[in-house]
Amino acid sequence: MGYTIKGATGDWEIVVGLEVHAQVMSSSKLFSGASTRYGGAPNSQVSTVDAGMPGMLPVVNERCIEQAVRTGLGLKAQINRLSVFERKNYFYPDLPQGYQISQYEHPIVGKGVLVIDMPDGSTREIGITRLHLEQDAGKSVHDQRDDETLIDLNRSGVALMEIVSEPDIRTPDEAVLYMRKLRSILRYLGTCDGNMEEGSLRCDANVSVRRVGDTAFGTRCEIKNVNSMRFVARAIEYEARRQVELLENGEKVVQETRLFDSARGETRSMRGKEEAHDYRYFPDPDLLPLELEEHFIERIRADLPELPDEKKARFIEAYGLSAYDAGVLVAERATAAYFEEVASSSDAKLAANWVVNELFGLLAKAGVGIEESPVSAANLAALIRLIGDGTISGRIAKDVFAIMFETGEAPAKIVEERGLKQVTDSSSIEPIVDQLIADNPGQVETWRKNPKVSGWFVGQVMKATGGKANPGMVNEVVARKLAALG
Amino acid sequence: MRAHAVHFGWLRLSRHLAECSFRPGFSGLLRPVFNIQGIVMSLDKATVARIATLARIEVPEDQLEPLARELSGILGWIEQLGEVDTSAVEPMRSVMDIRQDWRPDTVDAGDCQADILRNAPKAHDGFFVVPKVVE
Amino acid sequence: MTSDLTRLTLKAARDGLARKDFSAGELTRAHLAAMEKARGLNAFITETPEKALSMAEAADRRLADGAGGLLEGLPVAIKDLFCTEGVATTAASHILDGFVPPYESTVTRKLWEQGAVCLGKTNLDEFAMGSANITSHHGPVKSPWTQPGDTADLVPGGSSGGSAAAVAARVALAATGTDTGGSIRQPASFCGIAGIKPTYGRCSRWGTVAFASSLDQAGAFARTVEDCALFLQAMAGHDPKDSTSADLAVPDWSGRLSGRVKGLRIGLPKEYRVEGMPSEIERLWQQGADWLKAEGAEVVEISLPHTKYALPTYYIIAPAEASSNLARYDGMRFGLRVEGKNLAETYMKTRGLGFGDEVRRRILIGTYVLSAGYYDAYYLKAQKVRRRIAEDFTAAFKEVDAILTPTAPSAAFRIGEKMDDPVAMYLNDVFTVPSSLAGLPGMSVPAGLSADGLPLGLQVIGRAWDEQTVLDVSRAIEDAAGFATLPYGLEA
Repeated sequence: MGYTIKGATGDWEIVVGLEVHAQVMSSSKLFSGASTRYGGAPNSQVSTVDAGMPGMLPVVNERCIEQAVRTGLGLKAQINRLSVFERKNYFYPDLPQGYQISQYEHPIVGKGVLVIDMPDGSTREIGITRLHLEQDAGKSVHDQRDDETLIDLNRSGVALMEIVSEPDIRTPDEAVLYMRKLRSILRYLGTCDGNMEEGSLRCDANVSVRRVGDTAFGTRCEIKNVNSMRFVARAIEYEARRQVELLENGEKVVQETRLFDSARGETRSMRGKEEAHDYRYFPDPDLLPLELEEHFIERIRADLPELPDEKKARFIEAYGLSAYDAGVLVAERATAAYFEEVASSSDAKLAANWVVNELFGLLAKAGVGIEESPVSAANLAALIRLIGDGTISGRIAKDVFAIMFETGEAPAKIVEERGLKQVTDSSSIEPIVDQLIADNPGQVETWRKNPKVSGWFVGQVMKATGGKANPGMVNEVVARKLAALG
Repeated sequence: MRAHAVHFGWLRLSRHLAECSFRPGFSGLLRPVFNIQGIVMSLDKATVARIATLARIEVPEDQLEPLARELSGILGWIEQLGEVDTSAVEPMRSVMDIRQDWRPDTVDAGDCQADILRNAPKAHDGFFVVPKVVE
Repeated sequence: MTSDLTRLTLKAARDGLARKDFSAGELTRAHLAAMEKARGLNAFITETPEKALSMAEAADRRLADGAGGLLEGLPVAIKDLFCTEGVATTAASHILDGFVPPYESTVTRKLWEQGAVCLGKTNLDEFAMGSANITSHHGPVKSPWTQPGDTADLVPGGSSGGSAAAVAARVALAATGTDTGGSIRQPASFCGIAGIKPTYGRCSRWGTVAFASSLDQAGAFARTVEDCALFLQAMAGHDPKDSTSADLAVPDWSGRLSGRVKGLRIGLPKEYRVEGMPSEIERLWQQGADWLKAEGAEVVEISLPHTKYALPTYYIIAPAEASSNLARYDGMRFGLRVEGKNLAETYMKTRGLGFGDEVRRRILIGTYVLSAGYYDAYYLKAQKVRRRIAEDFTAAFKEVDAILTPTAPSAAFRIGEKMDDPVAMYLNDVFTVPSSLAGLPGMSVPAGLSADGLPLGLQVIGRAWDEQTVLDVSRAIEDAAGFATLPYGLEA
């Protein structure tokens, strides 16, 4: 918090609202029976409806309605029992009907809220203005031919949820946290796969700046094409600085649509490239108003999974985790499930530690998801138990874990085969300590002046035993033997 | 004023009906009416040009003026709706009280590239080919 | 023999086929010959004689097997607004040049499933926009009627002018039409045949080129009320591919047709008795009421107070929807493309040259009334007035079972007669538009001749989904009127 841009004339704060387009997870399109699968041959997933052929009519996909309602409920939002599909009219070669079926005045979902988890463990609420359903357009390929554009309508008609936030975001990082959290919720709900590379999740940012202390909003620009988590912060930061610079120079911010150029890391005006739009929205006469029965909504509500916020609260409460660890663990449903499986048969705090600090690191390095983790939850739990019951030391455990990650083997087997069991029998330690005292009279002298030097003997014993000796037991033997010297 | 215009419009319809009984063809009685009411040219040339661009219909320059007059005539005639009190009326969203069917989420269309492209003025390699979209 | 077969009603032809008096092949060839003879009317855009013959052949096989649908072997014509798989579909527009649909409209599919034989695709006003069938890119349709002693060509009415002309000229036993504001009823009246527009939602709109989605409804032309009932029965029915199609069973309208009106209450809306209405229309209307009274119906005056706002309301809503529905004709994926020097110019030229004057006019009006700053004043206002109009009917139908009105304010007029005033042309639909806005079923039935010897129809309007009463009342008028006059030149 407290993000400001320092200008020559004072400090500026930024105001951001995000419009996210999330592709609905469904087998077929919003208004046709063509497949939504990604990456098909051009125009192979196009029905005559999607191609805008004469006389073709839309029929709404029940699954898409369900998904929108489910998402709305996940965002603690108001579900509108009556919503209206309208036509947004404009000409573009990838828009076959000459209009996009969308929702305008009466969206399916109204006001809601999204909680973002700040790095310091605190939370912030970002308001959700609305969520509505709409059709995606086709794809234009511009770079294949000099004077012509190629059109692929596979995406034409795929269902999108447009999720609009209130202008509550105040820092570029908050925008990223918002996107992460939204994606997390969508994935928990199973309503959007959140894949930004494939365009399943796209973001436009409305950015304005104002002097710190001002309450009125400044003139905003809409930044299009902010299509990766990395770019969200960069685009907002660049745009905010650009606006501050303009204002500081006594110029005005022009309300306009700007495109984020990820290669140059800057936004540029689309002015002149797009004419003044007049979308002539009106209710689509091919579709009746969308009416939802209460029991339809309740059935979906009853079926909702535990969502990240609730899960996080439970993890803190039930497992005594820190807000940070809990937040990290619940970000992905699979991670949370993994953790809970580990914690079900081992110490929960240690489990959280191992997952967050050890497993995540190795997974990231290997570039695999938790679903493909070579270390099963059961094996990790077993490892934690081996530490707990003193079979291996914490230090050895890390080595065992690395082997587990490589081989997928159970920890007990690795410990057994490689003889990594902790030495807890003092009789095997005593001769080593005796020998050390005999060989190092100088250290013994030093110890006499400073008893803390006993640690040196402990370290030497650990070294000599390859770390397998139980540190507590070694401490005890060293202390006893030194004391015996008198 | 408005009420008078509407009344006149309806009368004009009546006169028109009398007129057309045996010599149908509806000779142009309307335009003078609109002239009298002073609502001719509610659309000017520039507006027609703007609408035509919005609708992507090329209108030759010399047709703009007559078209503006024609459309103004129609709009002037439509103006009489202003007289109906609709303050407490919900707009009609559907004609019939029909229960709307929802489609089950099954893939039962598509996979017909040839049919989709068959009528295309130009196609190549599975794509529609259109004039360059300037980005 | 040949000409005899074309004079049969749909029902009589069906009975004849069942009795094996003649074959579907013979019946079809007779109609193909009539189609060829009547080419001067320009009633067809595309003739499909080969398709007709092969369909007739298949029908004969099914009939021989004792199988066969409701319309097995009966030659009919299809308005060229219904998409037909593998057969060019033009909507009478230049912009659909060369378009051959890879799909079959639900209505025509149902007809073929019932064994009907396709003679061809009939001419119409471009995109069904017109009331005289003079806006077709393929030229105007001539009515088979002329005034006795006059050779001037008359309009068949519109927009389904080709279908009406084909049925009136005994080229087809029945034909499909579409009615948005009167496009079946008015041409039926002009051509001296019967025509019914069912309740909105009764016939699927899937595969029918859209004009104004909230008003468009397919319907039937035939020479008798019974034939209309039979034909419509085959066309109608729920279609999951059309969200506005009603999930209701199609009644056996023809089987239940009684023509009995005893005890029915018939309303005459006083607002339709406009000052200066041609006296012969007024007289015919009264005559119709008297006929029904004589058959035991009770005739009462009713009020539909918002009648006079129906046309202006219609001329906001229909063009608004059309401006959006016709956006897909852009030269990118099918039909005409007129290349410009860039994309913007290609759009402008394709649509500028592809659409005729009336279509252009309506797209521009529709674009205007939906545009920023005007939406509330025009479109939203119209949707509100539309509700008032529909409420008028709801109230009236608490008092009466059906409403009787003239179909059109005049008989057919001459092609080329001064028609440069669009609003004057729009007035043709003054009596048919109100019930269209309310989505109600309406039928025109021939009731008499004008002083000039041209047919005049009466319109029966019914409650939503009550086509049966509409048909019965129409049948009663048909029986009483005994309209038997044939178009000039067809008497022999």
